[in-house]
Amino acid sequence: MNDSNGYEAVIGLEVHIQLTTRTKAFCGCSTRFGDAPNTNTCPVCLGYPGALPVANREMISMAIALGLATGCTIHHRSVFVRKHYFYPDLPKGYQISQYEDPICTDGTVDIELDDGTRKPVRIRRIHIEEDAGKSLHDIATETLIDLNRCGVPLLEIVTEPDLRTPAEAHAFLVLLRKIVTYLEICDGNMEEGSLRCDANVSVRPAGSREMRTKTEIKNLNSFRNVERALGYEIHRHAELLRQGESPESETLLWDAVRNLTVPLRGKEESPDYRYFPEPDLPPVVLDDAWIERVRAALPELPLARRDRFIANYGLSRYDADILTAEKPLADFFEHTVAGLKRRLPEDFKTACNWVTGDFTRMLRERKRPITDPPLSPAALAELLDMLIEGTISGKMAKQILEEAADTGVHPREIVGRSGAAQLTDEGFLSTLIDSVLRENEPSVRKYLGGRENVFGFFVGQVMKATQGRANPELVNRILREKLDERKKCHE
Amino acid sequence: MRGYIALRPSLLSGEVRCERLVGDALDAARRNRDLNAFLEVYEDAVERAARVDAKIAEGTAGPLAGMIVALKDNLLMRGRKCTCASRILEGFESLYDATAVARLLAADAIVIGRTNMDEFAMGSSGEHSAFGPVLNPRDRRRVPGGSSSGAAAAVAAGIVHAALGSDTGGSVRQPAAFTGIVGVKPGYGRISRYGLVAFASSLDQIGTLTTTVADAALLLDVISGPDPFDATTDPEPATRVTDDLERPLGAVRVGLPREFIEERLDESVHEALERAKDALRTIGTSIQVVSLPHLRYTIPVYTVVAMAEASSNLARYDGVRYGLRRTAATHTELYERTRNEGFGPEVKRRILVGTYVLSAGYVDAYYRKAQQVRALIAREFTDAFRTVDILLGPTTPSPAFFRGERLHDPLTMYLSDVFTASANLAGVPAMHLPVMDDLEGLPIGVQLFAPMRGEGLMFRVASALERTLRQSGR
Ligand SMILES: [Zn+2]
Repeated sequence: MNDSNGYEAVIGLEVHIQLTTRTKAFCGCSTRFGDAPNTNTCPVCLGYPGALPVANREMISMAIALGLATGCTIHHRSVFVRKHYFYPDLPKGYQISQYEDPICTDGTVDIELDDGTRKPVRIRRIHIEEDAGKSLHDIATETLIDLNRCGVPLLEIVTEPDLRTPAEAHAFLVLLRKIVTYLEICDGNMEEGSLRCDANVSVRPAGSREMRTKTEIKNLNSFRNVERALGYEIHRHAELLRQGESPESETLLWDAVRNLTVPLRGKEESPDYRYFPEPDLPPVVLDDAWIERVRAALPELPLARRDRFIANYGLSRYDADILTAEKPLADFFEHTVAGLKRRLPEDFKTACNWVTGDFTRMLRERKRPITDPPLSPAALAELLDMLIEGTISGKMAKQILEEAADTGVHPREIVGRSGAAQLTDEGFLSTLIDSVLRENEPSVRKYLGGRENVFGFFVGQVMKATQGRANPELVNRILREKLDERKKCHE
Repeated sequence: MRGYIALRPSLLSGEVRCERLVGDALDAARRNRDLNAFLEVYEDAVERAARVDAKIAEGTAGPLAGMIVALKDNLLMRGRKCTCASRILEGFESLYDATAVARLLAADAIVIGRTNMDEFAMGSSGEHSAFGPVLNPRDRRRVPGGSSSGAAAAVAAGIVHAALGSDTGGSVRQPAAFTGIVGVKPGYGRISRYGLVAFASSLDQIGTLTTTVADAALLLDVISGPDPFDATTDPEPATRVTDDLERPLGAVRVGLPREFIEERLDESVHEALERAKDALRTIGTSIQVVSLPHLRYTIPVYTVVAMAEASSNLARYDGVRYGLRRTAATHTELYERTRNEGFGPEVKRRILVGTYVLSAGYVDAYYRKAQQVRALIAREFTDAFRTVDILLGPTTPSPAFFRGERLHDPLTMYLSDVFTASANLAGVPAMHLPVMDDLEGLPIGVQLFAPMRGEGLMFRVASALERTLRQSGR
């Protein structure tokens, strides 16, 4: 933070993402969330005597995918190690992790700031490790342990200290979350703990290149907390420096209730993890074919897709950002657009408005995820086609959307069945307008006398007579033609 | 017992029934209760014997039908207790079969009990058990060796045909030497370690204890081979050793490491080595002296690596999920009380040393250095096997020693592994073979080493040696 008082922050992040593999990192147990405690367990993840780990290949492929997506070097040989500490929810007394030889190193991603400028952030390393279980301390006299999460695969992503402001840290997290959800290797849910962030921060005089004492902040369980905690900590460091003091090198916890950081443990207790290579697992050896298989299956990444949406669909950056924030939403949009009969930029804009507007609202009201919508992209395209060709009005389209969502009936069928299609028959409308004008002779005179605002009244009368089904553009045109004609006669 | 294979024709003909064999074995176990070889005898093995008898009658019996087997108490068998002769596993029952045990049972072997051992396989005398020392059936005043002490005693006393043990630094071969039987440590990765309670994962290997080379071969062929549950098993299918056992040897080059002869050896151990050399010459093999200079660092390297891994492997015994649990106010206190009461002194010593050699500031000087020298030892074995096919050496520096003699001298106790631990460090197969009895009637033998996947030739040499020695003995 290049704050007005001449200080600058140096921030590095350590992010853990929980992988969406079907089975755990080193055993065949399910990774499903929310099952009854200790049901997704086996001798391996319970740390029973004699049980041995076997590395999950899907997990390794996911690590390769993230490495490729962040421009990392993928190492053909990486090594699992044991990281030791005692805790009741760590059954083996060690966590299987990677240390000196991680699977990916030296990557870069470009974050985009609010003003549209891009900034590279270097990735120091990405390594594989297993999650611990959960300790539930809320029982007065006992600690209960749930080992369902124990052994679920994680990737730890460590950045270089390239971030300078809380906003940059936020932008990095948003981007990383987008990347991992695009890769479909993590659900990105920070509140549920599938994405966890620790931050390292130090503060120095602006423009200086020195590295000052850093503190580590843990327990940052939302993007907002990351920004707030960093803001708080940078301010605290800067105040200390201003007073000629220096912060202590320590680990802090973010207290989201009181909005401040509190020390977790003193430096004298810094743990010795006694790392050594895991003798039960051979090194992970990747051949080029494996890496290429993963590369070939990589999806288009969020920034590239955003830029393509702008170029191909003529959307604004704002619209494209919203559409590509989540891969399923972007997918839904593209599937919808693919089904449209007419493909002009204005139609893409219409589709964008509907997908991000009424359609999203409809999903929210019905508590349905975009991945399991009550209406397919093809059905939405059908609805939009009718709107674009003028068969139905916007108001009708909204009603049909609701009905299609509730009944599963195709939009065209709904329109056909209810006779809800717009009246676009010019002859019929012309006759109808003639009778409206005849019945409202006094108003016609007012109009001809210069009170042009009476025009809306005539339109309303026509719509009333057709229960809103008359095509408004057509009504407007015919009405204006007829009134203009009378005006000429009148003159 | 004369060995299983000798008995097999009468078993298959129905002349001898498994039920009777099991009954006899259970009787023998009772008569030899003073050996303290078994921690538990399975009386219900008789029922399994009846089922195997039925299969023999039907002609559907497996290759080990009627083989009476004991398991070292660090091998898991579903529904059975397993303690590693430690208080910390008090009450622990296995949820699954070790892969080797499952294969044994699928081949219709009959397991009649679990045998005593040095706690968590840490010891070379059978005296470090939470359930009392094991006696040597050849001389009850002496130790049977360790850590597969009860397994060796049960085979040597003729209670069972065979036992499965584990060998981390010599824990199968050394007790086999002290009790006068055949002990095999296959190459690392030949037998799945799934279901073997870990002591030092990179060194541990399940091994066989039998009275004959042929029985060992038969047993080995049943339990060897890749296992999807153990990522360190050799992915190639294991070549069978039984089929070629009797095939003529041809020109085999045997090497005798200079570093072995230079160690201090008992006179009788020297003599056994000389007799083995004579017998090998009779068979037609050539013998030459080779050098593996780093062998002299075997014990310090082994000690550091084994204890480092042990300190890690034994971290899971915390009183939280199974076994002994001493309740306390905090979880740290729970660990302290449980582990303090649960582990014996030798186990604690090794956990402490292992923790130390992995600690920040010491890991480079000890653990890493040891791994570097280990790599040198492994390379020297590879190099030696370019000029010779088999290495020959003593198994132990002396025959079985007296109980209590080394109990309070851990360093001398650790030297029991001086000739055996190098095979674990290099991962190569090795086996002990009895050669003679000394003047006091104590058995002494020699050790053969082979290159990785070289079990076939090692067994052929052992078999020829066994035959020749038996002939000259008569
Ligand atoms: Zn599991």
